[in-house]
Amino acid sequence: MGEGRIVKVSGPLVIAEGLGNAKMYEVVRVSEKRLIGEIIEMRGDRASIQVYEETAGLGPGEPVYTTGQPLSVELAPGLIESIYDGIQRPLDKIKDLVGDRIERGIELPGIDYERKWHFEPRVKPGDTVEPGDILGVVQETSVVEHRIMVPHDVRGTVRTINEGEFTVLDVVATIETKDGTRDITMLTRWPVRRGRPYAEKLPPHVPLVTGQRIIDMFFPVAKGGAACVPGPFGSGKTVVQHQLARWADSDIIVYVGCGERGNEMTEVLMDFPELMDPRTGEPLMKRTVLVANTSDMPVAAREASIYTGITMAEYFRDMGYNVALMADSTSRWAEALREISGRLEEMPGEEGYPAYLGSRIAEFYERAGRTKCLGSEGREGTLTVIGAVSPPGGDLSEPVAQATLRVAKVFWGLDATLAARRHFPAINWLLSYSLYLERLEGELSKTVASDFADLRREAMRMLQEEAELEEIVRLVGIDALSIKDRLSLETAKSIREDFLHQNAYHEVDTYTSLAKQRLMLKAILDFHHMALDALEADVDFDKIMELDVRDTIARMKYVPENEEERLNSVFQEMKTAFSDLVQAAGGEEVA
Amino acid sequence: MLKEYRTVSEVAGPLMVVEQVEGVKYGELVEIEVSKDEVRRGRVLEADGSRALVQLFEGSAGLNLASAKVRFLGRGIELGVSMDMLGRVFDGFGRPIDGGPQIIPEKKIDINGNPINPYAREYPSEFIQTGISAIDGLNTLVRGQKLPIFSGSGLPHAALAAQIARQATVLGTEEKFSVVFGAMGITFEEADYFISDFRRTGAIERAVLFINLANDPAIERISTPRMALTAAEYLAFEKDMHVLVILSDITNYAEALREVSAARMEVPGRRGYPGYMYTDLATMYERAGRIKGRKGSITLLPILTMPEDDKTHPIVDLTGYITEGQILLARELHRKGIYPPIDVLPSLSRLKDKGIGEGKTREDHADTMNQLYAAYARGRDAKELEAILGEAALSEDDKKFSKFADEFERRYVNQGPEENRTIEQTLDLGWELLTLLPVRELKRIREEYIEKYLPDTESA
Ligand SMILES: Nc1ncnc2c1ncn2[C@@H]1O[C@H](COP(=O)(O)OP(=O)(O)OP(=O)(O)O)[C@@H](O)[C@H]1O
Ligand SMILES: [Mg+2]
Repeated sequence: MGEGRIVKVSGPLVIAEGLGNAKMYEVVRVSEKRLIGEIIEMRGDRASIQVYEETAGLGPGEPVYTTGQPLSVELAPGLIESIYDGIQRPLDKIKDLVGDRIERGIELPGIDYERKWHFEPRVKPGDTVEPGDILGVVQETSVVEHRIMVPHDVRGTVRTINEGEFTVLDVVATIETKDGTRDITMLTRWPVRRGRPYAEKLPPHVPLVTGQRIIDMFFPVAKGGAACVPGPFGSGKTVVQHQLARWADSDIIVYVGCGERGNEMTEVLMDFPELMDPRTGEPLMKRTVLVANTSDMPVAAREASIYTGITMAEYFRDMGYNVALMADSTSRWAEALREISGRLEEMPGEEGYPAYLGSRIAEFYERAGRTKCLGSEGREGTLTVIGAVSPPGGDLSEPVAQATLRVAKVFWGLDATLAARRHFPAINWLLSYSLYLERLEGELSKTVASDFADLRREAMRMLQEEAELEEIVRLVGIDALSIKDRLSLETAKSIREDFLHQNAYHEVDTYTSLAKQRLMLKAILDFHHMALDALEADVDFDKIMELDVRDTIARMKYVPENEEERLNSVFQEMKTAFSDLVQAAGGEEVA
Repeated sequence: MLKEYRTVSEVAGPLMVVEQVEGVKYGELVEIEVSKDEVRRGRVLEADGSRALVQLFEGSAGLNLASAKVRFLGRGIELGVSMDMLGRVFDGFGRPIDGGPQIIPEKKIDINGNPINPYAREYPSEFIQTGISAIDGLNTLVRGQKLPIFSGSGLPHAALAAQIARQATVLGTEEKFSVVFGAMGITFEEADYFISDFRRTGAIERAVLFINLANDPAIERISTPRMALTAAEYLAFEKDMHVLVILSDITNYAEALREVSAARMEVPGRRGYPGYMYTDLATMYERAGRIKGRKGSITLLPILTMPEDDKTHPIVDLTGYITEGQILLARELHRKGIYPPIDVLPSLSRLKDKGIGEGKTREDHADTMNQLYAAYARGRDAKELEAILGEAALSEDDKKFSKFADEFERRYVNQGPEENRTIEQTLDLGWELLTLLPVRELKRIREEYIEKYLPDTESA
């Protein structure tokens, strides 16, 4: 391996000479402290290196060692339930090694090399295999079966393969290829800046069910889709991301905390082993990988953390799983990019961001998708990407938000005004959109109920009408409205408060199945229709507003999923209440 | 003997360039002998071949290129710590200014600290009683939280911070907080207010103060908050103390940062502040918290004066993106004579949920908090409507809410600077105010609590 010398140190950027043989994006070790860095620019034999650790104390003259390797992650059983820093160093083991604080120059593999796993073959000697084929499986956690795939550059006939207890470095199979015999272990490495290969990209068509009513009903994201959550501070980006990591019907979750708070990662670490996945009944941690590069950790590693996370996510996608990746916040990643770019003295674009910001963001979101995986089996996998965006002052005209909106297909726009009124999730229903809506509607109407799409449309129409009516009320007062309009306002209010508003911290309200979502919305709209009929039959508006059944509707969100009878009883209650009202009104008239 | 250089080639603003140097390290501490009896300090911002770019903490006035002698000390900026620091006052660079003796350090710690491993953090969840209803009742502070006060010039943030420092306790323990106070660029009078208040109440015995005043070198205040946090970390995580850190005023700190950035001709971010300001602030704020297996904690209250009361100003905005909520002071309430003028609607403590409820405060806390909050919001809306369309436009209920909003500000938010309410008093006061509203409107409170806690009123 080559060796160069530092000539300049400026924050996370180090420039070294004598590295003529090094390659772009090669990992280097900086100084005798062996800090990890990556070459991001080459000019003659001068390399610019972004260093993933604090550079204080480094100076010109100190050595730089090349490694010949690009920045890579290690992929093998043992990923799930781990918590890594931005370059896949295990934070739990770092704590065991050096205590409460992260020191420099720590070298630890991301995967436990000693732990033994039970490997169960899925092919036998003599079988021919191609890249992506599943050689065997390991039960990694109670819910995740880790599928060991034929590496992307191996094709041939299985010579040996054994069931048994192996470490990730042990040879579990040998494959006869045209260039000789290849030993296969359970561990593979993959460079983080390159997407993992697949056979074919397919359009996403199945919804990612999140249990969050405003998302599933109005702005759904497809499995394999890309969504973004922009919003000012305190508007609920992290809570949305956490909620999705908790309740989305995904097989694997990769959660990347990128330049955000330490306590938010601690919260996940504390809650996820306790919370049960509604589908498997097992702790959520059993399907989760965490990447944490908090805001006080070195800024260059923040840039890498996003790629580290998405490469791991792609690896599970390749096994044929539905994977969802949350990145909170992509703005911090972009800022890291900006900082390095500034130190490289590149020509700045808008707001100091490098001119290539847009293409980097697009490349990242394009790694999402529904794909046909490599392998003769033709299995499908999906990778959904959900990125938080933190625009300065909540102003979406800034470069990161704008570049993101160009590529993300779903936009959940968080609104400071809603958040200030404690209407959570503070997703603005008039501004947000999902480009998957039409494509998913058919699927939802089939799996949930045929009126699913109609309910959604009617509710959305009422919300839009509300915005117009409120404008009138602001100008001339409520008395200017017709009784029907007043009813519409009340119904819209009910949609907002009883349906859209969802408390992440309430044990029942935190998650709602699609079936229950439909019931809730149907109850609200049925009430509206019956009320319209009642008004026709001369029932007094105030009498309708005083009906107890409105309370029952408002409380549906707190009724547990399994109490179906109680949920359904609201419709009978409503019918009775209205027919009583109409009868009373009719009776009076006759009298 | 350290090598001495007389090769200063350039001085501009807070920056200095030294040529023909050897073995200079990024971030190391620099001593500049300006004259026989004056030594100033600096820090290496860039080590480029044989050229070092140095940031001067005490400014460049009187510095002569030919005669200045420069020494590179081979270490970062350090603070010597010991328990003897308690009760003492230091300047913004950690030198005693109270006439007392030098501190004999137990050890020296680099003021930049190392990031806390998120895996080692303990989630903050212990309720701190500040005795202030608007905080305890609605925006509850917990041990280890970082909660800034967003203020404006002329608003009583100093009084509020001093009151919190005086009154903060954790229920069930008589333990008092130690206070570390970092003053950056505030006036003598404001600093004196804190010092006198600490003296008057005896809090000075458990306080450490780092004071950089408005007329002290501006660049020095870049290290002041780090000095304060280093002292706090020592007290909290090595000496098991619960430490409350007050940093005032972050706005001045950020301006010093901008000055250095501008001198380096860096590409500026919003309003001329450097693009790395988020990271810079985060490396300070994130030093607050709790750590598993350690008894102590650091609770951080940074104070910011919002330029033009603008919440979207970069200093305020970036702070909000890092801290765990905010306490917002409103000029309008201040004008009405309400102290503390906390606007509870845009204020938020993000960690409140884990710090309240049975066993921590009281079972009814969460419900009444939501109810008071919602009722006040509705009351304010009603008042707005009233202002446009007149009282006649309000429904009977809205009139009640409007009245409630007034009473809430007058009795719940408003309290004396010496008034220390227990959490029971705060919660009971909340219930008392709720009697102004029709019971059927108390939708956010469980029936059982209404029966148990709502006072009887004749009018009902
Ligand atoms: N669905 C929800 N239910 C209840 N409370 C919520 C919900 N969403 C957000 N909140 C409240 O809003 C607060 C702020 O939310 P969150 O931390 O997600 O904001 P954020 O947008 O990530 O802010 P930042 O950009 O500063 O990280 C939470 O602490 C919580 O009190
Ligand atoms: Mg957040």
